[in-house]
Amino acid sequence: MSAVPTHARVVVIGAGIVGNSMAWHLARCGWRDIVLVEKGTLPSPGGSTGHASNFIFLTDHSKEMTALTLDSLVQYEELGVATVSGGLEVARTDERVEELKRRLGSSKSWGIESEIVTPARARELVPYLDDSIIQSAFYTPGVAVVDSLRAGTLMREKAQQMGALTIAAATEVTGLDVENGRIRGVRTDKGNIAAETVVVACGVWSPRIARMAGASIPLTPAVHQMISVGPVPLFADTVGEIKFPIVRDMDTNMYERQHGGDLEVGSYAHRAILMDADDIPSIAQSALSPTELPFTREDFDVQMEQALELMPDILGDETVGIRHAINGLLSLTPDGMPILGETPEVAGLWSAAAIWIKEAPGIAKMVAEWMTDGTPEIDPHGSDIARFYDHHRTSTHIAARTTEGYNKTYGIVHPMEQWASNRNIRLSPVNVRQRALGAVFFEAAGWERPFWYGANEHLVYEYGERVMPRVAEWESRWWSPIINAEHLAMRERVAMIDLAAFAIFDVTGPGACAYLQRLVVSQVDVPVGRVIYTPLLNERGGIVADLTIIRLASDRFRVVTGGGMGMRDRKWFTDHLPEDGTASLHDQTSGMYTVGVWGPRARDLVQATTSADLSNEAFPFGTARVVDVGSVRALMSRISYVGELGWEIYAPMEQGLRLWDTLWDAGAAHGVIAAGIGVYATTGRLEKGYRAHGNELELDFNLVEAGMARPRVKDADFIGRAAYLEQRSKPPAAILSTLTLDDQDSPAGVARYMLGREPITHLDGRPLVDAKGRRSYATSAGSGPSVGRHLLMSYLPPEDAVEGTKLAVEYFGQRYPVTVAVVGSRPLFDPDNERIRN
Amino acid sequence: MEILVAIKRVPATGGRIVLTADERAIDTRHLGFTVSPHEECAVEEAVRIVEAGGGSVTAVTLGPEVATEQLRDAMAIGADRAVLLETDGREWDPMETAAAIVDAVQAQAAAGTPYDLLLFGNEAADTGDYQVPIRVAVALDLPWVTGVKALELRDGVAVARREAVGGGWEEFELPLPAVVAVKEGINLPRYPSLPGRLRANKKPIDRVAPTARPSGPTMSRLRLPREEAHEVEILGRGADAAPRVVEVMRTLGVVRS
Amino acid sequence: MILAFVEHADGQLDRLSAESLALARRLGAAVKTGVEAVAIGGESLAAAVGRHGADVLHLAQLDDGDAYVPDAWAAAVGDRIGALGPEAVVAPGSVRGLEVLAVVAARLGLPLAANCIDVHPGDPWSVTRQRWAGSLLEEATLEGPVKLLSAAPHAFPADEMVAGATDARIEPFAPTIGERERRVRVARRLAPETGGVSLTDARVVVGGGRGVGSAEGFAMIEELAGLLGGAVGVSRAVTSAGWRPHTEQVGQTGARIAPDLYIACGISGAIQHIVGCKAAKTILAINTDPDAPIMAQADYAVIGDLREVVPAIAAALRRS
Repeated sequence: MSAVPTHARVVVIGAGIVGNSMAWHLARCGWRDIVLVEKGTLPSPGGSTGHASNFIFLTDHSKEMTALTLDSLVQYEELGVATVSGGLEVARTDERVEELKRRLGSSKSWGIESEIVTPARARELVPYLDDSIIQSAFYTPGVAVVDSLRAGTLMREKAQQMGALTIAAATEVTGLDVENGRIRGVRTDKGNIAAETVVVACGVWSPRIARMAGASIPLTPAVHQMISVGPVPLFADTVGEIKFPIVRDMDTNMYERQHGGDLEVGSYAHRAILMDADDIPSIAQSALSPTELPFTREDFDVQMEQALELMPDILGDETVGIRHAINGLLSLTPDGMPILGETPEVAGLWSAAAIWIKEAPGIAKMVAEWMTDGTPEIDPHGSDIARFYDHHRTSTHIAARTTEGYNKTYGIVHPMEQWASNRNIRLSPVNVRQRALGAVFFEAAGWERPFWYGANEHLVYEYGERVMPRVAEWESRWWSPIINAEHLAMRERVAMIDLAAFAIFDVTGPGACAYLQRLVVSQVDVPVGRVIYTPLLNERGGIVADLTIIRLASDRFRVVTGGGMGMRDRKWFTDHLPEDGTASLHDQTSGMYTVGVWGPRARDLVQATTSADLSNEAFPFGTARVVDVGSVRALMSRISYVGELGWEIYAPMEQGLRLWDTLWDAGAAHGVIAAGIGVYATTGRLEKGYRAHGNELELDFNLVEAGMARPRVKDADFIGRAAYLEQRSKPPAAILSTLTLDDQDSPAGVARYMLGREPITHLDGRPLVDAKGRRSYATSAGSGPSVGRHLLMSYLPPEDAVEGTKLAVEYFGQRYPVTVAVVGSRPLFDPDNERIRN
Repeated sequence: MEILVAIKRVPATGGRIVLTADERAIDTRHLGFTVSPHEECAVEEAVRIVEAGGGSVTAVTLGPEVATEQLRDAMAIGADRAVLLETDGREWDPMETAAAIVDAVQAQAAAGTPYDLLLFGNEAADTGDYQVPIRVAVALDLPWVTGVKALELRDGVAVARREAVGGGWEEFELPLPAVVAVKEGINLPRYPSLPGRLRANKKPIDRVAPTARPSGPTMSRLRLPREEAHEVEILGRGADAAPRVVEVMRTLGVVRS
Repeated sequence: MILAFVEHADGQLDRLSAESLALARRLGAAVKTGVEAVAIGGESLAAAVGRHGADVLHLAQLDDGDAYVPDAWAAAVGDRIGALGPEAVVAPGSVRGLEVLAVVAARLGLPLAANCIDVHPGDPWSVTRQRWAGSLLEEATLEGPVKLLSAAPHAFPADEMVAGATDARIEPFAPTIGERERRVRVARRLAPETGGVSLTDARVVVGGGRGVGSAEGFAMIEELAGLLGGAVGVSRAVTSAGWRPHTEQVGQTGARIAPDLYIACGISGAIQHIVGCKAAKTILAINTDPDAPIMAQADYAVIGDLREVVPAIAAALRRS
């Protein structure tokens, strides 16, 4: 075998669907001297691609995954390897019937043609299905089957024809060289390759390869069982691979698809069978391939009976035999999302892992764009490898969450659904008080955050109907009217909100100001003690983050951002640090506690703990000062995400409890309550029209569309400035608006409240589509207790973004009337911000 | 017709064989198990005979509890019942294996329903001892034939055909009861159907503790044959390589002139 | 004394029997004793058996003549074991050799080691024998007053002659054969179905694997085999798919072949196949995958799609 090249611009490790797609998209993006290293032999090297079921269902509740899937299907079609078969997701239970309606909503939001069909219609489409055991089905005509191995070959060939790609098959990676935190090269059994950029596209082996560089890709190989039965008489005359729609039997976590003369039955119903990447057999040791392990039949027995029930005509036929049965390996991650992007540990080492066939080419395109100029078209925030904190990378956490998550593959997962396993990783210093107050904890980035407090239940009776009680089970799940009661108490009196989960970075050094100036949109060269709220853009003007910055000194700034996005934001900040060392970043997240005190009586409350002058004149909105709160010397920042007078107060973590107690004791006289994140992240901000990253703010939308363009653009250059100026010069294609739900009653007379991501339509159900082809959907939804309305935010085409316009929101298959209440960022509650600025 | 078919659980090897650290067994951590290939055909043959002429098929194996998996395999494609001659996992030599099967056959005869036909695979895929069926036949004083690739039963006679040395076939006629060891190729075994698989889970398995009487050969260790270093000469790519190929054939003297 | 059971066809010593004589001679040298042979009929073997190192040829005179009556043959061998008391009996690794020896072992209640590639007399004797058709070797000890062994095919040289050897001395004997020993016998022989060259005798075998793609695809494999006067061989994947009859299967559960040239077309080279063809003098692999396992066994290779390469070779052969 020939030796490998001694040098490469980029080495892609792994020639499954992901590695092949990466090689091609890098070539397309202008990369040359690409070397694709593969341990196995081509075209089917033995990874998960080789045994994949290769079907592409289009609709996912996640916008990001749907976008990547749709892009992938287009690519497969362009390669000529896709066969459209249609797909049916069938419901056996009442709960699933409802879920399919919700699925239809997601289809409509993301622009996919789907419909709910009757059992009889389902049987017309799939004649071997027993329609008597299903209640309805979700039919998507565009569902397709692809030849992923052929696609890989074609993509390699295209990259080779461009002279961009060298393939080193049967070449095993034995090490990765890292110097000063940067990747330098790849060692193989056929020689070493010097390279400044390396992509790990090794599927189930990715953790093992990443570890060679001291990086971590937190996924685990897990078993997915599949059997193939045949020959099926009904399929005897089929030309090609598939003629009948693929069936997903959602309630049994199984799928059945035609594969030539055979029917393939796959399952996500069995116990989670995890494996260590180091225990995967070698190619030589494997009977079939390293990722096709011996079938463990006892795990499949129950599924067989269920499959038999659904498709008795085929599976009950004694002449149809089980010709193939495997425990196929695939990759599972703690949160079910892929793992993409440059590893935080090693510069130049990229991960493209935990990716399914249905999304691989789209993801490769996105990652290649990301690698080329840092600006992917599709927002990767849900799958960015930088989202993980260290605790996410432990084998205990991975095992716990993947075990819990496996059976959710086809599950009905509530958007607010909480994990049960491996909780209580990161606790606020006031956790003991929270528990005493009956806090119900939701998790964010490992932090346990009170979503509401049981101790506030009495407020529900105090406010009565104003808490907008919910009766429908779905939106009552993971929700409590206490949230709205806490909201009302805050607006009337004062609330303390624990914000321990904030990610906090101090940026220091002579170059700190210039560095931040270049990174963010707002002017940061402000007087010491000023607080800035600012978005961050990428070069294309896409919104990367939004956060606050406090100028602590001429050469010191404090960056405060949400915990959920904290690691990602930190990577963005770290990546852009000046090379001359004139600015440095110190992560204070674990050292700094934050509590918010907001409400009309906030000043009175805090004033009772300090001799400092907290009057509006002495301590105006948008400023920060060090104040002694009792015996705690704290930094107070007068800002608000809930639209009330008050402060975020920062103190060393070990003094957090003391800070809380001091404020709490002083608050007794002012009717203070503890309020949860339900108020902070939903009701408070929605009434104020505050945008949230990941909901309203993502790469898809720009600041002009989000209504966040300020009157002036600072002179100093910053990332995305040119794109931002360009965006400002044109009318926006959509405008973020706040809508009120006019009538929440369903035809059955049940009040229904949307939770977000539902399609916004014309009154007759026609979708709203903007000039860029984007459909309108609810980016957020929640109660507005102080305005007495259920609120939704949505980007609307300019012609519909007119206050007073009547539109509709589709929810579980029903349309509900809504009115455009606010176009742009003006708050619905306290439009002149008098509460904040007093 | 009462048929006994003897099967053996063997690992489904594919790539390279890997041994355990003590070199006394194949490392099967990553391997599935299957019925040894000739025996898969024996089961299929038994089921076909019963399907055509009535009777019942009993599958027997000697091995540890996990070998019930292979008994279920046999029952999934039509064996009616199964007997596990349960061991503690030690590898039994061919003599004691044959003796244990003989005991089981005699027990069945004593119970009043003797077997008319004992079907075996020609040799086990793993140990390749080439003797168990014959030892059983000799002990029971039954006529026998091995290497069978076609079998017909008529009027109490088994007509068995096998490949003859030097080409063609040789045919044996055995009065029943008889021992027949078959080879792959006698039939194409069916795959189990889903209902068959589910039925197999409900069929009975008798467990019998066989008598151990080790006599050898006694394995001391296993090892892999030495691989000779081999250089391959690439004659070319695609159709263009044809002239070079013919040249090489001439050198080897295999081209007819 | 080491007693070697030998077979013959058309008056010639069979190749595998010659190999087993080579094993017998090694054992004879190790325990410092002579080698004698036993055969059913076959006076003409005296010279060949002598050249291969046997001093005596015990010739069983059976009523059935040369007809294969396995229990009777085994009785004949057993008779000589009783009469001569050999240290060991060696049989060729042939179908008949193995089953005759198995009957002997069963009758005498002795262990038997099949397919040995190496044997060391001692106390006890140690043998190295093939498992998994030779993909794995077992080292074992063998007990018993008479050691029963068969030589693995092609593990010992067939052409090893003793310099200046004389013909073996023929010693006829007439064992007593009962009716029960005659129950099993070849009732009739049937000619091969086709006039083609038999797989095991062909000088050239053209093998086709999964890569051939379909039953129809074998037309080109047959054509090439025809042009070379050879036979068609196939992998297990092909017979399992029902594309070709099992009689053409090469490998662990099919035929073991040793042609001058084996052309492996679209065969990846799983061990189960390799054990059937590795005795070929020369292997030519035609495969799209330069890293396929078959390449590790091949002497020559053409990288490419067999559906292009095979017809091109056939065309080149027709032209020449």
